[in-house]
Amino acid sequence: MPIEIPKEKWTGKVRVVTLGATAAEGGTRTRVVTVGGQACMPFLHFEHPTPHPPVLAIEIKSRPPTDWSPILMETWGEAIRNPATWAAAAEAAGAEMFVLWLTLEDTPEEATQAVRAVLGASGLPLAVFGPGQAEKDNELLVAVAEAAKGERLLLGICEDKNYRTIVATALANGHLVSARSPMDVNLAKQLNILITDMGLPADRIIMDPTTGALGYGIEYGYSVMERLRLSALQGDSMTQFPMLVTVGFEAWKTKEAKVGEGVPASWGDWQQRAIDWEIGTAMTLIEAGADILVLRHPESVKRVKAAITELMTA
Amino acid sequence: MALSGIQIYKLLPQTNCKECGFPTCLAFAMKLAAKQVELSACPYVTEENKAQLAESSAPPIRLITLTGGAGKGAGGEVKAGNEVVMYRHEKTFYNKPGLFIRVQSAESVAAAEAYKVNYVGMDLTIDGFALEADSPTAMAETVQAVRAVTKRPLILISQNPEVLQAGVSQLPGEKPLLCGADASNWENMAALAKTCGCPLTVRAESIDGLADLTEKIKAKGVEDLVLDPMTAHLGKSLALYTQLRRLALKNTRSVGYPILSFACNATDELAAASQAIAKYAGFIVLSEFRPELLYALLVLRENIYTDPQKPIQVQPGIYEINAPKPESPVLVTTNFSITYFAVANEVEGAGLPAWLVVCDAEGMSVLTAWAAGKFDAERIAKAIRGFDVASKVSKKRVVLPGHVAVLSGELEAELPDWEIRVGPREAVDLPAFMKQALN
Repeated sequence: MPIEIPKEKWTGKVRVVTLGATAAEGGTRTRVVTVGGQACMPFLHFEHPTPHPPVLAIEIKSRPPTDWSPILMETWGEAIRNPATWAAAAEAAGAEMFVLWLTLEDTPEEATQAVRAVLGASGLPLAVFGPGQAEKDNELLVAVAEAAKGERLLLGICEDKNYRTIVATALANGHLVSARSPMDVNLAKQLNILITDMGLPADRIIMDPTTGALGYGIEYGYSVMERLRLSALQGDSMTQFPMLVTVGFEAWKTKEAKVGEGVPASWGDWQQRAIDWEIGTAMTLIEAGADILVLRHPESVKRVKAAITELMTA
Repeated sequence: MALSGIQIYKLLPQTNCKECGFPTCLAFAMKLAAKQVELSACPYVTEENKAQLAESSAPPIRLITLTGGAGKGAGGEVKAGNEVVMYRHEKTFYNKPGLFIRVQSAESVAAAEAYKVNYVGMDLTIDGFALEADSPTAMAETVQAVRAVTKRPLILISQNPEVLQAGVSQLPGEKPLLCGADASNWENMAALAKTCGCPLTVRAESIDGLADLTEKIKAKGVEDLVLDPMTAHLGKSLALYTQLRRLALKNTRSVGYPILSFACNATDELAAASQAIAKYAGFIVLSEFRPELLYALLVLRENIYTDPQKPIQVQPGIYEINAPKPESPVLVTTNFSITYFAVANEVEGAGLPAWLVVCDAEGMSVLTAWAAGKFDAERIAKAIRGFDVASKVSKKRVVLPGHVAVLSGELEAELPDWEIRVGPREAVDLPAFMKQALN
């Protein structure tokens, strides 16, 4: 007697969110990115088709990074000298969108200039993240949001300390927000409620539940993401948002990725280990429901993309 | 099928004798249904009912143990099975999937055998080796060569029972995994497994194919089985492994066995092995010994198999960061692994030497531990004295996490000859603080 495959009967579904706006939609993007729409746990095609595969973003900075691993610096070479050349190189490396990460040193004018440069260099959708200090983020992102009105940028980091300002400017200028909360299901949900209460349409919210790299707390991020996704499928409207994870940021700040000398021989080849660390972190979080993965190394982009293609076929 | 608490209750003596440690038979029945107690705690249940209960209370995924040349105990055994949930946050994952390296050459076995990597104070190693041969003589020779170097448990691979027999005969007293039975050879394989008492894999592309084989082999008296769903394709294996785990947890006995993953056959071995670790494999075969890949996988396995109710703790003690000197600063934090790593990483990444004193705060973060009374002046002082920090430094100055600034007065009372400084709240601000405020 054939065995019947048990299928979960979920009532909820992740919202579909589109980043970037074409000329017809009031922006200048030649391509847009759509994520979300899942009605089951990741890639279980026997239950439901996966309408939109995870998207890979490459992280670029408004000015050359000073604390990045030499492996990354060497890989990107001269391209990091300005955001436009970096964006072009990242697109050539397979990026489906960019995250332009601003720095504490940027003035609002410089931030705006960097955003314009990236928008001019590529037709891909763009996320713009502030340096992570609420006041500075507000100062930079408001200027950027106004200058790029109508582009459907993804603005971050939008957290409990500054969501009012970021959401207000996203509302006024036709952008999206990346809602970040510190590895906790209830805090994530609470922030989403606060943001939607301000009137931002729910299809303009991505949530960033925060994660740790392999060996540095990935299990917390992993389980929080699984729980958020299960809660979304069970019908909780305030968790039904696609998830973004800053894999590159987390993986490349580890000693495993950053340091090549004076580490145990059992850590193996530095270059390979650093890239494996980013890919291992990315693949684990993809299985937990990540929709947008922000990566740093071209080799990771290539391999994770191939893995996603394989996950999308059954 | 699993019985409900009420169904179990009907099979119990219903005398409420309390000898099991519970106030009523019903309470005991509920615990049995939740698989939180053993039936053996009840001295009065009848043999007949015991059999019925045992069948229903057997773990949904059979525990399979491979034994190597060192016998039972540390490093000598690999266990898989006995899992009870789909998602780790629902309870925990219990038996870490064994990582086996495919034998390519004698040198690679020696290197893999010697491999050891330290992660949060634990030494992680591989679990065993998988070897394949095409003739009985070749198998016997390979097994001998491998056993000259390592005693770890083995997986023997051949479609031919005679070849496996030749391998097993070289391994007296051991329980290697025989790999394995398929639709064409299962009768002879079952006979071999029965004779030698070793666990056996069954290989088929579909769930029906696997269930058909396990039922036929079980009927021959072999119960220690492992499923080999024959795919290392990321999409297919995720679906298949998920279905198998679901069916097993719903007490479909014919697939209630651990899964063997040949990640070595995947397009991307890291991607496949990471998936196998997070998504339900019991044994994983890797193509070769590659330290950086192994390190990543061993760490991922620790992370995923950490009990979510009990966070990984770092051993309390004094940690040296960037080869500190006597004049280097002394920092204090708790033994919650993420807290420790946040602090250690920032300081290490900034290239600043420091002594990091990790207090036993029962694995809680700074604020949580402080609120729970597990990170107070008394405990910090005890750590500073207990680890004899004073003997290592020339400047008796200790930096408290900013979140517990309120402890500085009490700590001054506890450590009168020490200067107490309040550092930043977040680890990320430590390097700037150390550069500006500690000179």
